[in-house]
Amino acid sequence: MEIAVSTRNISKTYPGNVEALRDLSLEFPRGQLTSLLGPSGCGKTTLLKIISGLLEPTSGEVEVNGKPVTGPGPDRAFVFQDFALLPWADVLRNVAFGLELRGVPVSEREDIAQQHIKNVGLDGFEKSFPHELSGGMRQRVGLARALAVESEVLLMDEPFSAVDEQTRRKFQEDLLGLVERENKTFIFVTHSIEEAVYVSDQIAILLPRPSRVHEILRPENLRTKGVSDIRRDPEYLDTVDRIWASLRSYVE
Amino acid sequence: MFIKGIRLPGMSSLIIWGLLWELVGQSGLTFFLPPLSEILITLYEIGDSPAFLKALKETAQAFTVGVSAAILIGIPVGILMGKNRLLDELLLPWVNIFLSAPLTALVPVLMVLFGFGMRSIIITTSLFAIWIIILNSRAGVLQINRSLVEMGRCFGATPLAAFVKIYFWAALPEILGGVRIGIIRAVKGVIIGQLLISLVGFGALFELYSANFLMSHFWAVLIVLFALAFTISELLATLERKFSYYAANR
Repeated sequence: MEIAVSTRNISKTYPGNVEALRDLSLEFPRGQLTSLLGPSGCGKTTLLKIISGLLEPTSGEVEVNGKPVTGPGPDRAFVFQDFALLPWADVLRNVAFGLELRGVPVSEREDIAQQHIKNVGLDGFEKSFPHELSGGMRQRVGLARALAVESEVLLMDEPFSAVDEQTRRKFQEDLLGLVERENKTFIFVTHSIEEAVYVSDQIAILLPRPSRVHEILRPENLRTKGVSDIRRDPEYLDTVDRIWASLRSYVE
Repeated sequence: MFIKGIRLPGMSSLIIWGLLWELVGQSGLTFFLPPLSEILITLYEIGDSPAFLKALKETAQAFTVGVSAAILIGIPVGILMGKNRLLDELLLPWVNIFLSAPLTALVPVLMVLFGFGMRSIIITTSLFAIWIIILNSRAGVLQINRSLVEMGRCFGATPLAAFVKIYFWAALPEILGGVRIGIIRAVKGVIIGQLLISLVGFGALFELYSANFLMSHFWAVLIVLFALAFTISELLATLERKFSYYAANR
């Protein structure tokens, strides 16, 4: 199993001596989806932002493809919890925005964006503006933007937490297809146990104050099941139960 | 507005005040206030006189240059202040002082520094407008959604690209608000400049008409000025509304 991203002995202390992460080491296999799961305040988003290069760790290091991370880079793309779309730009420009910032010529980047708009199922909404779309559609735009820059690593910060439950289920199914189709490494932050078990190849359970990796689970056979059979699978139910058992004492 | 279910035309209040003005003027209560009809006739008469057109041109020139300078300098400075803590600490006290300072008192200093001509008038105009533009641009940048800033960094925006493609647009509703108030203040600035520094443009006309007790002339010019300021302000308010659709969901 090849490792795409690894974090070694990461510690992060915020000003005012708030310790968010302590000595956290974790490896993310290439082409797989790893969830960072834990109760709120366990530093999972902090870890994701350190991997993205948005935050600097107090100590420790992050490597992507063997190269140390010193800041944001084209090898990683980010999907935001609140979508982070440009409200004054239409869907087409939003999806192409990552390419626009990289200086890709207009016609080329619009062709690429068009393809990804189609892939996420937003055909016909190219000229719509974010405020005209539902939350779920907005996140599809955010996803298409991240896919359009062809990064190897996709960082997703609770991407489905701001959309309604039905949309969320559809997203989770689509995400499974995406992981299978695209040979990308997904790092997925969530606070939903069911979601983590449903979409992940590997689940890292983080425990709070200060955060550390409590346990790493690798559901073995869920990937071979159909998208609608997973939730009835004994392994799925057992894994969900097991995670809840280890987390419940940390929930006030 | 509706009264007893009857829809009143858009400018009803203006019509009522206009009528009141006419009545007070006709009653001859004070020479200071001629009837509105007389003022409008005067306005029509002087409207295409060389003196009036010259004043309009001089004022428009000083106003345009002064306001442009205030906008072109004020917006970037405000955005930079919102983005750079050090710059903010350095400049914010001054911006606040100048925003509330009686700038008229500074005009003599400007005269010493920049002479008695157009230059001083333009600078006075700019000084009246720029502070609120800076302050509003700064406020606009400060409220930018954090994830929008992070998005720019994640996708590799250079500082200049982030400035031009993200920060400016994200702060645009506040910036336009600042520009609108700044322009209203600039109208004050340009007239005060013309009155205090050198008697040119509308300032000269005011001086001439009031010194000679030509009240209807005086009011005619004043009405033109008010109408101009009001029109510009309304145009900008329309522009503001055009962009306000995204102010709520940034």
